[in-house]
Amino acid sequence: MPTYTIKINGKEQTVDVSEETPLLWVLRDQLDLVGTKFGCGIGQCGACTVHINGTAMRSCSTPISVIADKEVTTIEGLSTDGTHPVQEAWKEVDVPQCGYCQAGQIMTASAFLAKNASPSSEEIKNAMHGNICRCAAYNRIHKAVEVAANKLV
Amino acid sequence: MSDSKITFSRRNFIRTSSLASGGLLIGFNLFNSCKPNAKAPVDLADLDYKDFNAYIKIAENGAVTIFSPNPEIGQGVKTAMPMLIAEELDVAWSNVNVVQGDLDTVHFQRQVAGGSQSIRLGWEPLRQTGATARQMLVNAAAARWGVDASSCKTKEGVITNAKGETLGYGEVVTEAAALEVPENVTVKDPKDFTIIGTDAVNVDIDKIITGKPLFGLDYKAEGMVYAAVVRPPAFGKILVSFDASEAKASNNVIDVIEFDNKIAVLAKDTWSAFKAKKTIKAEWKTDTELESTEDHDKILKDLLQDKEAKVLREDGNVAIAFAEADKILERTYEAPFLPHNCMEPMNFYANVTADKIHLVGPIQTPQRTAKVIASNLGRNEEEVHLEMTRMGGGFGRRLYGDFAIEAASIANLAKKPIKVVYSREDDMTAGIYRPASKYKIKASIKNGEITGYHLREAAVNGNMYGLIPNFFPAGAIANYKVDAANYQSKITTGAWRAPYTNFLAFAEQSFFDELADELKVDRVQMRLDLLQKVKGTTDEEIQYSPERLGNVIKLAVEKSNWGKTPDTIYQGFSAYYCHNSHVAEVADVEVVNGLPVVKKVTCVIDCGIVVNPIGAENQAQGGVIDGIGHAMYGDFAFNKGVPSSKNFDTYRLIRMKEAPVVETHFVENTLAPTGLGEPTLPPAGAAVANALKAVTGHRFTQQPFTKNPEHLRVQNKEIIG
Repeated sequence: MPTYTIKINGKEQTVDVSEETPLLWVLRDQLDLVGTKFGCGIGQCGACTVHINGTAMRSCSTPISVIADKEVTTIEGLSTDGTHPVQEAWKEVDVPQCGYCQAGQIMTASAFLAKNASPSSEEIKNAMHGNICRCAAYNRIHKAVEVAANKLV
Repeated sequence: MSDSKITFSRRNFIRTSSLASGGLLIGFNLFNSCKPNAKAPVDLADLDYKDFNAYIKIAENGAVTIFSPNPEIGQGVKTAMPMLIAEELDVAWSNVNVVQGDLDTVHFQRQVAGGSQSIRLGWEPLRQTGATARQMLVNAAAARWGVDASSCKTKEGVITNAKGETLGYGEVVTEAAALEVPENVTVKDPKDFTIIGTDAVNVDIDKIITGKPLFGLDYKAEGMVYAAVVRPPAFGKILVSFDASEAKASNNVIDVIEFDNKIAVLAKDTWSAFKAKKTIKAEWKTDTELESTEDHDKILKDLLQDKEAKVLREDGNVAIAFAEADKILERTYEAPFLPHNCMEPMNFYANVTADKIHLVGPIQTPQRTAKVIASNLGRNEEEVHLEMTRMGGGFGRRLYGDFAIEAASIANLAKKPIKVVYSREDDMTAGIYRPASKYKIKASIKNGEITGYHLREAAVNGNMYGLIPNFFPAGAIANYKVDAANYQSKITTGAWRAPYTNFLAFAEQSFFDELADELKVDRVQMRLDLLQKVKGTTDEEIQYSPERLGNVIKLAVEKSNWGKTPDTIYQGFSAYYCHNSHVAEVADVEVVNGLPVVKKVTCVIDCGIVVNPIGAENQAQGGVIDGIGHAMYGDFAFNKGVPSSKNFDTYRLIRMKEAPVVETHFVENTLAPTGLGEPTLPPAGAAVANALKAVTGHRFTQQPFTKNPEHLRVQNKEIIG
C-alpha cells in the first residue's frame, strides 16, 4: 500500500493506507484522533467536518490521496486547551445534548466565522444547515455561533 | 395524581466505609434494588456496584466524587442526578467530580435510560443520600466540638458551630465514616435550594468540545479488530450461501465469519472492513412472503374497521352515544415507520475469553443486554463485565442490545477482541423502527356537547401500554372507549422517543381542533371546559392533573399571544400529558415565498421542580424540534422487506434552516420533578398541523406532511407574505 505524509494539526504524520481511504478513517483508526466523528459516510451530515487549508470539508468523503501538501486541522487541533472562541462559546451556551455531532458543528462554525466574523442570522443558518444535530439543539447552535462571533470581534 | 410521592424506604439503603486511602465512601441504593446487608468497600479498586448501585466519595481535601450509574444519552442525567446529591450534601457544585459507573448485571434493577424516569425516580433517594452524608459530617464535627449537632450549620462543604468555629468536610470525614448512619434525616425545603434550580453545564462539556474519546465508537483496546456485518437485504430473507474469496484476499482483512444468518468481515481498520464487506456475494432465500408498506396500510385500515378490538378503557356506552348523536365526527390518522437515526451509528466492543466477557459501548439497557449475551454464549452472568460509554443519541434505539449481542457472538467465534461498527446504511436498514400506526377517532355531538369518544389504535407489532389509554380526554367524556389491535410483522419495531404518544398526541390534538370547529367553540376554551369535568376525579388510573394541564394551557395562551398576533402569523394549539409531565405548545407559522414556515413555538411545561434549567431548556427545545422534524419530513417504508431509505441523502431529518425558535416556559412550583426527555415531543406535530390548517386550509391527517407537498402550498395569494 502507498505511504502518505500528511500534516495534521501542525504535525507531519506518515500513514500506510490505500489511496481511496477517507481522511476520516485515517484520523480515527490510524492516528487515534477520534474527535472527528463518523455519521453517514457520504458527506450528508457534517459530523466528520475538518479544516483542509482552512476550509470546512467532509473528511468521510475526502480520500487521503488528495490531501498531500495540505494542512488539516481537526477538533483536537483547533486549540491546545479548548479555548478557541467557538469552543468557549459552545461551553458558555451549553450547546450539547448527546454531544456526538458537536465537533463537526464547531469545525463548520469556526471555518465560517474565520471568513465572516460578523454574520447575520440568515448567514449563520445557511452556514450551519449542512450539519445535522439529531438532538435538535439548533437554537443553541445558532446562539453559540453568535456568541463566538462577538468574541472574535 | 401525578405529583404523588414515590414510596421510598430509607432502611438499609445507605452504608458507609472509611476508605483505606483516606476519606469516606458512601454506598447507596438508588432505586431500592440492592442487597440490604451489604458493605461499602474500603478500597476504590473494589468498587464494582455489586452491593450498591451508586457511590459518593468525600476525600480528606473535601473534594466530592460521585459515581453515577445511569446511562447518558444526551438527556443530561449525568449532570442532573449528581446535582441532587450535591444539593443535600451542601457542597459547592464546582467541587463535584462525576464518574460514569459500570454495569453490575447481577444486582442492579434499573440501570436504564428510558421513559423519562431517571430524575423522577432518583429525586428522593439521591437527596436522602446527600442529606444523610451531610448529617454524618455534622455529627462528627459536633462530637469533636462537644456541642449539639442541631446547633451546627453547613454551607459549601464547611460546618460552622454557634461560636462561629468552622471545620471543613475533609477535616471530619474520617471520624464521620466511623459513625452510625442516621435514620431520620430531613431534606431541604425547596426555598433553600442553592444548586437545584441553578444552571449546571454538561459535565462532559470539556471533552466534547475538544474531541476527547468519550463515545462507544471512540473506544479502542489492545489487539482489537473491526467487524462490518452483512445482514439480510430485506426483512424475511435467509442466508443460503456466500462467496467471500475477494473479501478474504483484501488488504487488512483478517477473517470472514458466518453467524446468526449474517456474515462478519473482520479487518484491522474500519474502512478496510467496510470495503471488503461490499465484495461479499451472498445468496438469500425467502420462505415467507416479504412485506410491503402497502400491505401494512391495508391490514391496519382493516383493523381500524374490525367490529372488535382489545378494550383498554371503557366508560359509559359509546354505542348509545353514537346512536343518539346529532352529529358524528370521524377521522383517521396515519403514521409511517421511523428509524431512530442516532448520530453515532450502532457499535459495540466485545472480548470473550475463558474467564470473562468484556463488553464496552453505548447501551440504554445494559443489564438486559448482558443477561441475553451470557445466556446466548452459555455463560454465567457474573462473567460479564459491561462498561457504558456516553451515547451519541438513543431515542429508544439503544434500549435494544442487538448490536451488542452481535459483537459478543462474533468475538466468541473470532476468539479476539472485536468492535462491531455499523455503517449508516446498516444503521438505517437494520433498525428497530417506530412501528407504523393508524388511529381512528370518532366523536358524537348532541345538543352542542361531546357525548361520546371512541379511539381505535391499529399498529404494527404492538399497542399502547400502561396508563396511556387513561390520558386526557379520559375522564372528561362520559361515554369513552379506547381499544386497540395489532398486526405481527417481521419488520423489527420498538420504542421510539415517547412510544405511541409520539403519534397519538398528534391524532387527538388534531381531532380536538376539528371538534372545536364543528362545535363552533373556542378551541382553547373547549379543552379547558373538558378539563373542568375531570377535576376531583377519584379514578386512580387518571394520573394527569386537570389543574396542571389547564394551567399550562392558560400560560401558553398568555406567552404565545394566542389570538392576538398580527394577521401574517397563523397559530396552532396543542396540549398533552405524558411521562408524568404536562405540556402546552403554540406553533406560529408564517408564509415565506408562498410556503408555510414554522417560525416559532411557544412551549409551556409543568415538570415540577426544574433541577437544571439550562439542561431542561435544551431538552424541551430539542423535543419540540424533533417532533416537528419527524412530523414534517420523517418518511420510511418497505418494499418487499427492503427499507426505502439507507442514508441521509434520501432520508430527511430537520436541519438548522427549518428549525423554529422554541421559547420555553417552565411552570414554577415545588412539586417533585417529572419527565422531560420526551414530553415536549408529542404535542409538537399537532401544534404545527393546526397552524397549517389555518394557513393552507388543508387538514393534515397523515405524517409526514411533506408526503403531500401540494397541500403545503399556500393557495390564497392574499396571504402570501
